[in-house]
Amino acid sequence: MSDTTGSGPMLAADGRPLKESLGRALRRQKLRALALIAPLLLFVLLTFVIPIVSMLIRSVENEIVETTLPGTVPAMAAWDSSTGEIPPEDVFQNLFFDMFNASEAKEHTKLGTRLNYENTGLASMFRTSGRSIDDIGEVFQDAIEDIDERWEEGAFWFEVMNGAGGDALVAERRARWEDLTDDSMAGDLGFTPSQAIIDLLPNTAAAYTDFAIWTVIDDEDVVAEEDPWEAVYAALAVDLRDPSRTAAIAGYQGAGADALQALSAAELPGLTFTEAFAELDEDWGKVDVWQTIEVYSPTYTPGYFLNSVDRELTIDGVQARPENEQLYVKLFGRTLWMSLIITTSCIILGYPIAWLLANLPVRTANVLMILVLLPFWTSLLVRTSAWKVLLQQQGVINELLVWLGFVDDANRLILMNNSTGTIIAMTHILLPFMILPLYSVMKTIPPTYLRAAKSLGATNWTAFWRVYFPQSVPGIGAGSILVFILAIGYYITPEIVGGTDGVFISNRIAYHISRSLNWGLAAALGTILLVLVMALYWLYDRIVGIDNVKLG
Amino acid sequence: MADTQNDNSFVEFERVQKSYDGEVLVVKDLNLQMPKGEFLTMLGPSGSGKTTCLMMLAGFETATHGDIRLDGKSINDIPPHKRGIGMVFQNYALFPHMTIGENLSFPLEVRKMGKSEREEKVKRALDMVEMGAFGNRRPAQLSGGQQQRVALARALVFEPELVLMDEPLGALDKQLREKMQFEITHLAHNLGITTVYVTHDQTEALTMSDRVAVFDDGRIQQLAPPDELYEEPQNSFVAQFIGENNTLSGVVTKMEGDKCVVKLDSGEEIDAKPVNVSNVGDRTTVSIRPERVETNKERLSKDAHTLKAEVLEFIYMGDIFRTRLRVGDSDEFIVKTRNAPDQPRLRPGEMIEIGWLPEDCRALDA
Repeated sequence: MSDTTGSGPMLAADGRPLKESLGRALRRQKLRALALIAPLLLFVLLTFVIPIVSMLIRSVENEIVETTLPGTVPAMAAWDSSTGEIPPEDVFQNLFFDMFNASEAKEHTKLGTRLNYENTGLASMFRTSGRSIDDIGEVFQDAIEDIDERWEEGAFWFEVMNGAGGDALVAERRARWEDLTDDSMAGDLGFTPSQAIIDLLPNTAAAYTDFAIWTVIDDEDVVAEEDPWEAVYAALAVDLRDPSRTAAIAGYQGAGADALQALSAAELPGLTFTEAFAELDEDWGKVDVWQTIEVYSPTYTPGYFLNSVDRELTIDGVQARPENEQLYVKLFGRTLWMSLIITTSCIILGYPIAWLLANLPVRTANVLMILVLLPFWTSLLVRTSAWKVLLQQQGVINELLVWLGFVDDANRLILMNNSTGTIIAMTHILLPFMILPLYSVMKTIPPTYLRAAKSLGATNWTAFWRVYFPQSVPGIGAGSILVFILAIGYYITPEIVGGTDGVFISNRIAYHISRSLNWGLAAALGTILLVLVMALYWLYDRIVGIDNVKLG
Repeated sequence: MADTQNDNSFVEFERVQKSYDGEVLVVKDLNLQMPKGEFLTMLGPSGSGKTTCLMMLAGFETATHGDIRLDGKSINDIPPHKRGIGMVFQNYALFPHMTIGENLSFPLEVRKMGKSEREEKVKRALDMVEMGAFGNRRPAQLSGGQQQRVALARALVFEPELVLMDEPLGALDKQLREKMQFEITHLAHNLGITTVYVTHDQTEALTMSDRVAVFDDGRIQQLAPPDELYEEPQNSFVAQFIGENNTLSGVVTKMEGDKCVVKLDSGEEIDAKPVNVSNVGDRTTVSIRPERVETNKERLSKDAHTLKAEVLEFIYMGDIFRTRLRVGDSDEFIVKTRNAPDQPRLRPGEMIEIGWLPEDCRALDA
């Protein structure tokens, strides 16, 4: 008997399609199941997935150049970096206004720090330049105020600049501030640049708007009552110096037209921004500085990753870093190699113990199990420090060896502050992670297999090697993955007993996160480590098969 | 029993004792001789020592005292892998990481046999259990019955003279078990191998074996062919353990050669055959098989004692009727009658008279 009616879909008792009915019936169950795991899902998402994604982004993200120098970066597009000459005056002019704003917001040192990773010395260059950027503007301010005293007053400036129609400019400048400071710059300014002034004096309008936004939103003052920044005078001088505007200024009718026309007619300082910056710091006149800025101006950069593998991005493409600065490839290699040694020693030491645990009578096995688990109840730091006591040259092990006469007093073994120390201590600390999966797998191998093998004529060794061992391989696999992956990212133990020869890549990552504050590089190193672990996992799956891994 | 050094002792236990903890003897004074080619079953409840005996024979346990001999040689100090005894385990113990072929090849490999010879023997052994097509499968891909055959083939492939089986059919369903029982006995007899088979299933023991050793309390209670074991149990444990059995207890009042009269505790008198009783006045437990109880008085001899019985329950089982009666003190007295046209179907509450031939009622130890 068929449940279908004619050729249509199968129907439930109430006449609805059966599929729909089933879906409805299951939906509630699914929702309930989802609600049960929701807290964990949320927790994992917040504390695991999001940090990893943010790390991945941080390893390539490079917005800081673009947001700190929003005018300079586009202007540099016209400059050919390969000619060996510094950029034209236009770029320096943009740099002045960008730097002025950045130093008001105190953001210029961050950019300096960022670029210093790539070209040592840029940090101090940005710091000193930011400190005396006002000096450049003052040259123009003094000249303008000498010609007409009215330019000294904030109220007069406000009268000249204020008007209607400049909303687009305000929005544009506001967005730049927000990019620069990462803060909201919303709020009423009490000022709108006049469209006529924007057309007549574009640089001045932009600089004055920048000043207005910062004054109102960040300083919480009134625009009309404040004297404009030095940058505004410089912008006015730039606009007036432009011969193409002279005719338009002569015909201007708006507020302060006479003052503008008087300025236009007068002689203003001929100082170029190129010269001015060279005076602040002579490094601004060097091509390699500008090349560094050019290379690192895109929003995303492979620079951190290249640094992580001892390469660097230059104007001529990817190049190896100087020999004495190469560090990370060696460190990655050492981390992998030492993790492998630690995993192997854990297998060698853990296998017999796991076998004992699985085959002793329950009571004895329980006592032994407590001994295995005991280290878990002690702080990692305490255990590692205990190894320090044991391993040092005047430590327990050396004293014992000397006392027993195995080692000469003058030639005490160096067991610490090198890779030996790291391997010994980490093998001990990670041993339970090998023993537990091994034990749980061995527990499932019935002793009859060994008996069967012996009854079939196998010696003890053959029975073990041909019958028992192959069945315990999934446990070795699970333990190895666990120990290896834990070892590869280990931090505390190598830090304490590793010295310089025994540190892992994770110690370097920690250094960049908490000391050098080069988070981008730390993120890139971390990403490489993550990819490395996943690649090894994939390789393991191909060779051993992940189905062959059992945790119990 | 026979002398220790005769032809009938291919496998021999002599005064074997076993204790695990030094306080309790699991096996007490075991003596057993097995001729070559015999199929012997060790039957008993769990904890009776039968598996321990098997393990001592295989070499996985050492005897605390006594001698175990194989083909006249003491094997007490020979490790299991040198004994050359085939063994089939309870859960088959097929190596899960090897194919069926590799499993069978394993005992040959450890004997350093050449490859072509190995392949030939594996093939022959698999064909023998009709598993020739499964050589490349893994144990997990086979059904329980198929695994059982493979385990059997593996125990036989290296041509041992003695094969031990430790409850090999325990995990199979009833139908398959019966089929395998037949196949195993067949194979054992055709190949002429000596087999020691351990089970707690008495039907299995009766249908398969040449002789059955009934174990209890660390001792062999009776060692006899199946029919003798069933029909002439030597003591009340064996009578109870093998087959269904009705027991009544009483005192011997009269002994006349191979007949005696027992006065039951309820006051009635019955005829019995003395087995474990010798004197008038001995307390005894008499044992009567349910199918030997006669409900038709005309079939009994005139002077036979009969008992009054009340029908408590009548169960129709197809080929037989099973009737539960109250007899004397017992209301668990079972009578089995064949479903024949002239057989009356009793109704609960009915009063009947029952009796039996004196030789079917055995007066055993109390």
